[in-house]
Amino acid sequence: MAMKYNWDWSIILCRSPEEEPTAAVEPGTLAPDATSAVGGGAGQFFDTGASCAQPYFDWIVSGVSWTIIVACAAWVITFSLGSIIGIARTVDQPVVRAVATAYVEFFRNIPLLLQMFLWFFVVPELLPEDAGRWVKRELPLPEYWTAIVCLGMYHASRTAEQVRAGIESIPRGQTQAGLAMGLTQFQVYRHVLLPVSYRIIIPPLTSDFMGIFKNSSVALTIGVMELTAQSRQIAEYTFNIFEIFTVATLIYMVVTLIVVTVMRFVEAKVRIPGTIAMGAD
Amino acid sequence: MIEIENVSKWYGDFRVLAECSTSVAKGDVVVVCGPSGSGKSTLLKCVNGLEPFQEGTITVDGVSVGDKGTNLPKLRSRIGMVFQNFELFPHMTALQNICLSQMKVLGRGPDEAEERSMKLLERVGITEHAHKHPAQLSGGQQQRVAIARALAMDPIAMMFDEPTSALDPEMISEVLDVMVDLAKEGMTMIVVTHEMGFARKVAHRVVFMDEGRIVEEAQTEAFFTTARHERTQMFLSKILEH
Repeated sequence: MAMKYNWDWSIILCRSPEEEPTAAVEPGTLAPDATSAVGGGAGQFFDTGASCAQPYFDWIVSGVSWTIIVACAAWVITFSLGSIIGIARTVDQPVVRAVATAYVEFFRNIPLLLQMFLWFFVVPELLPEDAGRWVKRELPLPEYWTAIVCLGMYHASRTAEQVRAGIESIPRGQTQAGLAMGLTQFQVYRHVLLPVSYRIIIPPLTSDFMGIFKNSSVALTIGVMELTAQSRQIAEYTFNIFEIFTVATLIYMVVTLIVVTVMRFVEAKVRIPGTIAMGAD
Repeated sequence: MIEIENVSKWYGDFRVLAECSTSVAKGDVVVVCGPSGSGKSTLLKCVNGLEPFQEGTITVDGVSVGDKGTNLPKLRSRIGMVFQNFELFPHMTALQNICLSQMKVLGRGPDEAEERSMKLLERVGITEHAHKHPAQLSGGQQQRVAIARALAMDPIAMMFDEPTSALDPEMISEVLDVMVDLAKEGMTMIVVTHEMGFARKVAHRVVFMDEGRIVEEAQTEAFFTTARHERTQMFLSKILEH
């Protein structure tokens, strides 16, 4: 017979007023009475007066913040680098195209987890000695920077493919019309191809932006204390595994739903009059 | 003004143009016709360097198109081109479509470009649609905007690549009317079309192409009455039948 589990939300929802924010439990030590929550009745955890609710709530807030910071910073790299690589895959110069294709194939064919390890453990060793030492010793929050660069460059390979698909979906006649009126290749991209193709690829760009949020959890393997890492830590401290991972699940869903809503709004906003776009009601 | 000499072009092993030679003088209206795949559009696109060619020379107003040193954007800006599928830029209004190259290529200011654009829209009869996007216009209206867009560059010649082939029958005449007016004003024009009525009305010469070759080239009346080649006669008998 399956054991009935007593859900205990108090660890994150209850905040005792007398609790000092500085009274956070040192990582590595077991929170007082934490184990008593296992299978225990709801409320018992707090009845003991243990000042445990507060650090966990703060840990979650901190985890969510880092998830958002890492994902958004990575997205800046993804969007700019992905655009450049994607455009480079469509230009006439074969050498430029080959370099861009190599980038895409390299980054999208290696598991993200392995890439995380490569950036964190291998790349600093490959840098010139001074730069490597700086990364290892002086760069503040090295795991966070590494995660941002890794996620950004991994997702750039996917965004590049979307940008390329967007550009290639535009009929050749549009380019010819632009060139025929005397625009340069650069101007054709700037004024004709890109404004239309970015509108077309808003839905896949949205999924990829959500993908960055979700994949940021992989950064826990190199020590980034984002939402999943914090949840796991809280689970280890309190053994309230079900609750904390439920909370984490809901937070990821809320964040990604916000992304979807914002992008739908953007899509409707930039919709070309007379055409149909998703999200435009 | 436009000299085409012995131009040949291959796609791989397939020869799309075979030793084409013709010339278009200032003020000439030349109609190019022929069956699908005969190389009409390709020849047109060679003239402004949209398609490269492997042999022969094309000179436009003294500038050789095939030369590596030729400033192609500058050369193209002097030849207006109108496409079968209009190719208006969908994210811009009709007015913005006409202003774009004036501002980006000719360096006109926004006010000057807009003033010139409105005059051209008036000329093609669609000022009331200036602020609509292409998707909100009919095919005939879109093609007239495209003609206005090409004229905005003050071209020395205009090229039309089957400008009425993608239009509903009722819209063909509104586009042809604009083109007839242009021809009457003395614009140098090369028109790829199957509108033989238009050809008879305004063309000075007709060029017939088949399988990449210029089979026949003649004064308009002579072309329709005394075509010499069997292939031309066959083509004409088929399209004039109805």
